[in-house]
Amino acid sequence: METVEQKSIILERDADSNLKNLSDWNKEVAVELAKEEDITELTERHWLVINFMRKEFKEKGDAPSIRRLTKESGVETKELYNLFPKGPAKKAAKIAGLPKPKGCI
Amino acid sequence: MKKLLILGAGTAGTMMLNKLYNALDKNEWQITIVDQHETHYYQPGFLFIPFGIYSRNDVIKPKRDFFPSGVNAIIAQIDKVEPENNRVLLNNNQVLSYDLLLIATGSRISPEETEGMKDKLWHKNIFDFYTIEGACALKNFFKHWEGGKLVLNITEMPIKCPVAPLEFVFLADSYFTGKGIRDKVDIHFVTPLPGAFTKPKASAILGDFLDKKNIKLTTDFSIGKVDNDAKKIISWDEQEVPFDVLVTIPTNKGDDYIKRSGMGDELNFIPTDKHSLRSEKYENIFVIGDTTNLPSSKAGSVAHFQSEILFENMLSFMEGREPKEKFDGHANCFIESGFGKGILIDFNYETEPLPGKFPLPGIGPFSLLEETKMNHYGKVMFRWMYWNFLVKGLELPIESNMSMAGKRV
Ligand SMILES: Cc1cc2nc3c(=O)[nH]c(=O)nc-3n(C[C@H](O)[C@H](O)[C@H](O)COP(=O)(O)OP(=O)(O)OC[C@H]3O[C@@H](n4cnc5c(N)ncnc54)[C@H](O)[C@@H]3O)c2cc1C
Repeated sequence: METVEQKSIILERDADSNLKNLSDWNKEVAVELAKEEDITELTERHWLVINFMRKEFKEKGDAPSIRRLTKESGVETKELYNLFPKGPAKKAAKIAGLPKPKGCI
Repeated sequence: MKKLLILGAGTAGTMMLNKLYNALDKNEWQITIVDQHETHYYQPGFLFIPFGIYSRNDVIKPKRDFFPSGVNAIIAQIDKVEPENNRVLLNNNQVLSYDLLLIATGSRISPEETEGMKDKLWHKNIFDFYTIEGACALKNFFKHWEGGKLVLNITEMPIKCPVAPLEFVFLADSYFTGKGIRDKVDIHFVTPLPGAFTKPKASAILGDFLDKKNIKLTTDFSIGKVDNDAKKIISWDEQEVPFDVLVTIPTNKGDDYIKRSGMGDELNFIPTDKHSLRSEKYENIFVIGDTTNLPSSKAGSVAHFQSEILFENMLSFMEGREPKEKFDGHANCFIESGFGKGILIDFNYETEPLPGKFPLPGIGPFSLLEETKMNHYGKVMFRWMYWNFLVKGLELPIESNMSMAGKRV
């Protein structure tokens, strides 16, 4: 366990404190990143969202918006906010080891 | 004879129609343009209507005034595009085939997307100002309003003219001060973004303006529903903001025919190559303006900068060459800040808004990210430029790609 904790501290981060290198990510790292966001346990529903985020990112090069998340992952907006309070898209991206979604202007 | 078909005769479609009409050989290309409305709306003017600065007549002109003679203009609703068959179906049962298609059908508000938005308070205590109807209804409401809680809420991004909501609260501050009831009006800006604006530097500076003007800012608020009885908006994570009058920027979407045609993303915006402005999927379809999914601002000025690039690329396509001009995401927005002043921002895909002078380095006359009277005149002039230059497709004295000259890094 200590090795995992140490790992998450020394892993390189970007300006938003998301992982800098996608390849540093694994499930244990995700658990540690979740703790930084005050999410103490990653349930099956959390993983469904996280895995969807990673798949989308691989295919499209950007993490999906909340709207895309709800439409494509089948998780309702309300539940997304329960799983990842405050900013589901931002938080789920961080835990999934991805950069912050670009969002639009 | 080959057929060029333009869908949408708003800002971008009309601009492109005029540019292409002047350049194309009429024996080789036949141009058709389609729109559902006879009237051209100057949408940037909608912002000023609630405050009695412009009236309805200041923002409308017949579309046909801007169509060159000899162009086939059809007033009808687009029902569906069939990109595999190179044809478009209209609601009046007409079928139009094309060799080259340009899509410029913009974006529109969709209050139905939010529970309780378009309910019993709609256009009574809840207003939009992104439509002429909403702007006029709000003007009538403000005329007799004696004060209370004024809440401006952005539902979700992206929205067209992302600075318009800020301008709205700045103008409200100015308007209610003029009426002598500013102390009775709480102005509250509620946004899903982490700050006053999307880009960090401008967000900080514009946030300071909100502060200075005594406008309350709530960030990271994603509206889930409107409670019409209790008059409050409630976020997905159960934060509540009460209102007496709610001015909403509802979800912005591309038109529904895009969905019916299977050509859009989850908001009916069309996946478009961000440099060439060609559809990502179809070789003979180009897309311009608000209806693209580009990560640039949805604004008339942006459509103008796009038009110069797109013009070259469409000509290349017609001559059988690869389109090679590249759009850089250039946006240039005058932000009306009330009391006869304005702020100007200039940016692109890569560079966020920076302070400095524009367009002439060191001279201006406009100042970037500062509040000046001259910037306000820029905004006032914009309407004149819009009708007389922009939609006619004439050149403006500003480069289509952004310049770093005059900016302070
Ligand atoms: C309140 C407000 C303030 C703004 N302020 C500014 C500003 O200060 N500066 C700035 O640069 N921009 C501003 N804008 C944004 C600017 O107006 C738009 O970005 C611009 O008009 C986009 O041009 P467009 O051609 O893509 O879309 P539009 O001009 O909206 O044109 C789309 C056209 O397509 C037609 N259409 C759509 N669907 C169909 C269909 N199914 N069948 C037939 N026709 C259809 C519509 O009738 C319309 O005529 C503002 C917008 C608003 C609402």
